[in-house]
Amino acid sequence: MTKPLLELKNVVLKVNRNTPEEIMILDHLNLTINAGDFITVLGSNGAGKSTLFNAIGGDLSIDSGQILLNGKDISHESVEKRTRFLARVFQDPKLGTAPRMNVAENLLLAERRGQRRTLAPRHLNKQLDRYKEITATMHNGLDERLTTATGNLSGGQRQALSFLMATLKRPEILLLDEHTAALDPQTSQDLMHLTNERVQEEQLTCLMITHHLEDALTYGNRLIVLHHGKVTFDVAGADKDALTTEKLYSFFAEIE
Amino acid sequence: MSLIVSAIGQGLLWAVLGVGLFLTFRILDFADMTVEGTFPLGAATAVAAISNGMNPLLATLLAFAIGAIAGLITGLLYTKGHIPILLAGILVMTACYSVNLRIMGRANVSLLGKSTLFKNHFLASLPQYFDSVFLGTLVMVVITGLVIYFLQTQLGQGFIATGDNQTMARSLGINTDNMKIMGLMVSNGLIAFGGALVAQNNGYADVNMGIGIIVIALASIIIGEVAFGDLTLNQRLVAVSLGSILYRFVLLIVLKLGFSANDLNLLSSIILALCMMLPVFKKTFNFKHILKRGLDTND
Repeated sequence: MTKPLLELKNVVLKVNRNTPEEIMILDHLNLTINAGDFITVLGSNGAGKSTLFNAIGGDLSIDSGQILLNGKDISHESVEKRTRFLARVFQDPKLGTAPRMNVAENLLLAERRGQRRTLAPRHLNKQLDRYKEITATMHNGLDERLTTATGNLSGGQRQALSFLMATLKRPEILLLDEHTAALDPQTSQDLMHLTNERVQEEQLTCLMITHHLEDALTYGNRLIVLHHGKVTFDVAGADKDALTTEKLYSFFAEIE
Repeated sequence: MSLIVSAIGQGLLWAVLGVGLFLTFRILDFADMTVEGTFPLGAATAVAAISNGMNPLLATLLAFAIGAIAGLITGLLYTKGHIPILLAGILVMTACYSVNLRIMGRANVSLLGKSTLFKNHFLASLPQYFDSVFLGTLVMVVITGLVIYFLQTQLGQGFIATGDNQTMARSLGINTDNMKIMGLMVSNGLIAFGGALVAQNNGYADVNMGIGIIVIALASIIIGEVAFGDLTLNQRLVAVSLGSILYRFVLLIVLKLGFSANDLNLLSSIILALCMMLPVFKKTFNFKHILKRGLDTND
């Protein structure tokens, strides 16, 4: 399980290119992600966390360096192509689901992530029983609302659905961008538990951005800190288990 | 009576525009101005082709194809050229004006003495105005059926998702640029198809016949929605045809009130504006509350 799955080599990403406001968001960043890693990503605002995700996802093109998946260079592949191996959950519950389509339709869309979509009928009804079972695992009433437009769901239900959609077709890499941040504390915690359970069960390779130091310490087998576009801290296994919030706070105080 | 039948026939023939515009206005969620150019483009194409001896059915299908090409250009300007959709549509619409004059050779071309879709033995045997009712029904059943089928396919679902939430659609591997281009092509193809039908029904094509088309097409969509309330997507598509017929009735009443045909564009805009502001009025005046108070018995 220690084969590198995704490698970022000397990745540079600038915004406002060729203008006086040019800023280097990712500064020769190096990161090797092994299959089965569950990495929590910490860093202050503007450290480049979301940009890192957008670089991996292909939303932002990199200026130099390489992104390798299983040794293959994917630096210039389109967003659509990368969805074959990549799934994402966004912070904003509105971004993860289609509001005018119902829960089942959203799941059906997600099940074909990265695959060709043809003029074949969608066959939604055949899937309903299975979707009911899957949504029931969320324990938040989603299974009773399969035919409800997702725009009418609560933020917690929407975000749980977004997470389900991301994992319905197993991704090689799962990117969670503060996916519980917009929820109330209880709902947020429930979704965090579910996330952890699912990632463990399916042995997913996952990166999770969070601002909760406790979550970053509790979950995952590895923790990285981004600062000024570089990975400044990277611990795994027993070293990570030995970390405490105090140690992290003092580390942050040091780098600022 | 014959006026009513005529209104139904006209409503059905013009309903193609509503279904075409539905794809962009309601599903992709933007207003595509190209249609003001593709409607006369379809008419010009069909009339020119028929005048040159082409079979009317083939000429009508050719109009669809030419309209789709105009939609393709708008789509490319919008997605690849990053021109805002409103402006991209206006650019193609403006360009179409010149193209239409080129196709027809002059501003107005008559189909007098030429064969059209309406001139066949069966349609001629029907009572007056029933030819457009028959042909309009046939066209709308086929087109609405095809669109409904398409929207229930894997591709169609990706198309709907693109208009609903682009970020999500992209994160699921849906090529949203291609979806928008496809939507604009089919939409403008249908509008041009409608132009070809209307031109054959009227017996001529005119370079100015596109003015106000987007308002007419929107009217059938909005009136259908206002009249029939909460509907599923499929039902809303059927409601477009009914909305288009209702719109013709409204025009009929307006003409009966003594307005001239020259006032129609002004009146159409006013009707559409009122319909689109209905939600605001409902909120401001709280119709339901007033209605309830009026109907409730004093207890």
